[in-house]
Amino acid sequence: MTDPTATATANQKLHFYQKGTFTVGNRLVPDTERSVQASIDRSNALTCGHRACQGCGEALGARYAMDAAMRATGGNLIAVNATGCLEVFTTPYPETSWQMPWLHSLFGNAAAVATGVAAAMQVKGRKEVRTIAQGGDGGTTDIGFGCLSGMFERNDDVLYICYDNEGYMNTGVQRSSATPPTARTATTPAMGPEPGNVFGTGKSVPKIAVAHGIPYVATATVADLHDLERKVMKAMGIHGARYIQIHVPCPLGWGSASHDTIRLARLAVECGMFPVFEAEHGIVTSSRKIRRPVPVAEYLKPQRRFAHLFKDGGDSQRLGHLQAIADRNIVEYKLLEPEEEAG
Amino acid sequence: MLKQTEGSHATAEAIALCRPEVICAYPITPQTHIVEGLGEMVRLGQLKNCEFINVESEFAALSVAIGASAAGARAYTATASQGLLFMAEAVYNASGLGLPIVMTLGNRAIGAPINIWNDHSDAMSMRDAGWLQLFAESNQDSIDLHIQAFRIAEELSVPVMVCMDGFLLTHASERVDIPEQAQVDAFLPRYEPRQVLDPGEPVSIGAMVGPDAFTEVRFLQHYKQTLALHLIPELAAEFSGRFGRNTGGLLRTYFADDAEMLVVAMGSINGTIKDTIDEMRADGFSIGLVNIVSFRPFPTEALRRLLAGRKHVVVVEKSFAVGMGGQLANNVDLALRNTPAAPQVHSVIAGLGGRSITRTSLHRVFRRAVAQPWEGAHFLDLNEDIIGKELHHVRKVRRSGPTAENLLRRLDQAAQHAAAE
Repeated sequence: MTDPTATATANQKLHFYQKGTFTVGNRLVPDTERSVQASIDRSNALTCGHRACQGCGEALGARYAMDAAMRATGGNLIAVNATGCLEVFTTPYPETSWQMPWLHSLFGNAAAVATGVAAAMQVKGRKEVRTIAQGGDGGTTDIGFGCLSGMFERNDDVLYICYDNEGYMNTGVQRSSATPPTARTATTPAMGPEPGNVFGTGKSVPKIAVAHGIPYVATATVADLHDLERKVMKAMGIHGARYIQIHVPCPLGWGSASHDTIRLARLAVECGMFPVFEAEHGIVTSSRKIRRPVPVAEYLKPQRRFAHLFKDGGDSQRLGHLQAIADRNIVEYKLLEPEEEAG
Repeated sequence: MLKQTEGSHATAEAIALCRPEVICAYPITPQTHIVEGLGEMVRLGQLKNCEFINVESEFAALSVAIGASAAGARAYTATASQGLLFMAEAVYNASGLGLPIVMTLGNRAIGAPINIWNDHSDAMSMRDAGWLQLFAESNQDSIDLHIQAFRIAEELSVPVMVCMDGFLLTHASERVDIPEQAQVDAFLPRYEPRQVLDPGEPVSIGAMVGPDAFTEVRFLQHYKQTLALHLIPELAAEFSGRFGRNTGGLLRTYFADDAEMLVVAMGSINGTIKDTIDEMRADGFSIGLVNIVSFRPFPTEALRRLLAGRKHVVVVEKSFAVGMGGQLANNVDLALRNTPAAPQVHSVIAGLGGRSITRTSLHRVFRRAVAQPWEGAHFLDLNEDIIGKELHHVRKVRRSGPTAENLLRRLDQAAQHAAAE
């Protein structure tokens, strides 16, 4: 058990004040460490009354991300939204849940539209107004990828946030290039000799973002909202192209209980399937260490999209393959190495 | 200021005079020289307070313009042909959102077969996308229409496409009169958006609209085009007063008052048609011209008034809907619907993929419209010999091969045969 007073200065180490949980109670940490969301002055940029499903990870991630960005910019923020769940559940005409200037254009162009917004602010001499683009993994890693890469390589002054729920959930759970191997989706059914999504496909857009050499890339998760807020705040303190991919479980698409969203997000990190890291100017600078390692099966089992892996005594070969992927992440991102003391 | 210059560069100068704030550039022949010219002006500081963005695709070009326009900046881009198709989704989006973007279209054929030369199939592919479409007859027209386009777009909050024929105008050096900055500033005020993304006054733009209001949103988009039918001639008149040139408007006529035959056409071909008309009138042929400047909105009423009571209408156009016929002819037919004693409408498809439209061919087809009228579309200067051979080949051989390559080989064989004789 770590002494909480010794770690209070480092955000990363605020985890263990309450035995057996990772919850950080805002009342028990100093004012400066408290979350944006805990503040009475939070902007509620994405306010209540929207139509997201119960347990929606994306709604939670977006709320925390936007309020953090609103605080970082003093409310001088414009959001561009790709088509997708977030767009649909927040703006059923004539209602809107956005208490901030918000623009939806198309599925595949959010990054480019945000470039245009940022350019307009630049030319209008309103440099204090910052721009965020946001979309799901389909709108980011697939159909919006060209515009995203263009925005990155031009180093446009845009923070792009991808809410990664590993599939096209808005259209009825189809496979995207962020869908993990073996996951059942409507277009990778759990049928035939290789049920679910196949191995050897997909891509890591955070890695590709790092390869663009842009000033800031991070992954985050709704299982660690303090870390998420901190990364968004940090990103808003930097100019140029920035990218944050937030892992957001989807009860509907994953076939999981709505009360398990945070638990699954945490298990994804703890098993190594979703490495949480930061990179600056093309170099990975830090990763969030796994505190209590778990086998991938523990993460996969509560999700019906992986149910076929556990039928008839379990598909040990393919579970082993998934474990190998997680293990490779653990090595690549140094997820089990002891955290270096902040100097 | 009078000067001799390339159409693209003259157009770039006119756009710079309109003080665009965000320009998105992506290369595609034949519009490339326009954005290159603007890029130079930004680099040299001649065009100030302007963000020039080299994007990665046409889809991004228009998307950046959409973001810039929604955030209150005067936004401009240019494209052609495949580029327009690649941005098609954003083309509809810009008009659906009511964003007053101005875009130059350096008209070029659409492939396959790939072809970089001029026709109007690109513009026609987006004729129903909710943009206004203005067609330039000359490079002076291109200059003047661009200046008017920004004003029209911003008054109605609707995007405008200015079409100038690829190569025939974009790459042609002509004498043009470039207006003074003060003249343009007096005609074109600062952009005051009707909707804008502003943290001081947050709004959501681009909400999902269901059956409860979608029809009404679309109707208002349509209504704007009917407003444009009045605004376009009004602004053309104001422009004429300020700049001393009669350009713009819905349509322009040439010897139309007493002509028994009226030709209807768009773009640079109007020049050749006017020359042909001069020659035919000298021969006593009663013929005149209607040059459609505004294809969208389509000047249905004005055209009906002009065409009613004539004997013949010949529509010459550089595009057609495959399997259906000329789009302009189709629209002219619609304008004449239920008109008593409607003239015979003769449809001519000409100049596809850059084929020259000669006065000789025009003489022949205008006379033929009277002497031997045809049904449907007439393809000007069609090489019926190679078509016959290819059709015969396709009937005989199952794996008949790629059509375009077969035709090129037949042309080559015919040329060799002619050389041998």
